[in-house]
Amino acid sequence: MKQKRRVRVMVAKPGLDGHDRGARIIARAYRDAGFEVVYTGLHQTPEEIVEAAIQEDVDMIGLSSLAGAHRYLFPAVVQLLHERGADDIVVCGGGIIPEDDIKRLKAIGVREVFTPGTPLDQIVRWVEQNVTPR
Amino acid sequence: MASVAEKVVAGDVRAVARLIRDIDDGMPEVREVLKELYPHTGKAYVIGITGAPGVGKSTLVDQIIAHLRKRDKTVGVLAVDPTSPFSGGAILGDRVRMQRHSMDPGVFIRSMATRGHFGGLTQSTRSAIDVLDAMGKDYILVETVGVGQDEVDVVRSAHTTVIVVIPGMGDDIQAIKAGILEVGDIFLINQADREGSDKTLSDLRLMIEMDQKKYDQGGWKPPILKVQAVFDKGVDEFLEAVDRHAAYLAETTGSLNFRGSRDKVRQELGEMIKARLIEEVLIRLTESGEFDRAIDSIVKGKVDPYTACEELVLPVLAR
Repeated sequence: MKQKRRVRVMVAKPGLDGHDRGARIIARAYRDAGFEVVYTGLHQTPEEIVEAAIQEDVDMIGLSSLAGAHRYLFPAVVQLLHERGADDIVVCGGGIIPEDDIKRLKAIGVREVFTPGTPLDQIVRWVEQNVTPR
Repeated sequence: MASVAEKVVAGDVRAVARLIRDIDDGMPEVREVLKELYPHTGKAYVIGITGAPGVGKSTLVDQIIAHLRKRDKTVGVLAVDPTSPFSGGAILGDRVRMQRHSMDPGVFIRSMATRGHFGGLTQSTRSAIDVLDAMGKDYILVETVGVGQDEVDVVRSAHTTVIVVIPGMGDDIQAIKAGILEVGDIFLINQADREGSDKTLSDLRLMIEMDQKKYDQGGWKPPILKVQAVFDKGVDEFLEAVDRHAAYLAETTGSLNFRGSRDKVRQELGEMIKARLIEEVLIRLTESGEFDRAIDSIVKGKVDPYTACEELVLPVLAR
């Protein structure tokens, strides 16, 4: 019986920011939506995140950032994916990210950014609509 | 263009990752790739690690990777976590403990969910082991939560099966006694600095020594080792025990090839036939509409499920 492909996502915390509560809640919401969620834990470098995403063959990377380093870390992940020929992996982000930065991040290839207060089901729906399991 | 199998053999990480995804997703095309890979398998040494949730399996795997790398061995890891029976989703968190190895090209780590495989978890994991083997990894570590027959079967298919317990889990030892205690080749008491580790040691020893007759006839007597994975204590002694077990296997079976053992091949082939039969039969019955019609008949009380099952299966087999 041919099984339906299951959505695989990675939830990652780049940089030194140690607030992973949001990332854990998102991971749980994704699981409840029927996704397979690879969680990498805190303090990840963009290189580690990209390597793990490739080994895990995820369809999307969700980056969580609450301490302001998103302007360096998010583009670095997008760039490294490109270098590895893995542009098909969708990158989205979440956290305390100013409006101006969201525009900039989207311009360089971050597909969506979710700010505090976004309902979980809205985030899940976005993934369902924008991420196709390969 | 190199074929998928050629890329895997050349160690292409992305090709390996995607092939394992296809295996997991039950794509029929993978069978041809696995056939092509088969001649490149049989070289890796597979260690299966199981135990109750929270006993430190992932931390232990992380330390084992580090020690194997010190020996200049390459390592593949398959970390299996349970799928939620409600949503079908899963949180795969074993990687958190092993992430320090993610940049090491000699290490490939893959998280897998148990899912509700038609083919059985055992088979998809076995296929993933073949892929990592063909990729050239010297050691493959398979980690599963030791509950449920499937998870136990997975680690049973390894060369060396390791059961991890922690002190103070007396009741848990009782619980696993019937299930997984028989399949352990090495027992590890992790967090051995905690109170009660001597009691756990003597409990385990008692149970293992009940099979003394078997050991007297040349059977493998499972060693029980105390470790503290977090503090990296006892891991070298563990790997020495693995070496001794490997030597024992080589001596008693004449080969370290997984498919050199009649027992393991019998188990694997049986699983494969079962999975393939279910798949083929269900596809036909679903496509012909017979499956749905039978469900309706049972629900409406027109037929009992035993009769319906017989009427569905026997004609397919006769075809």
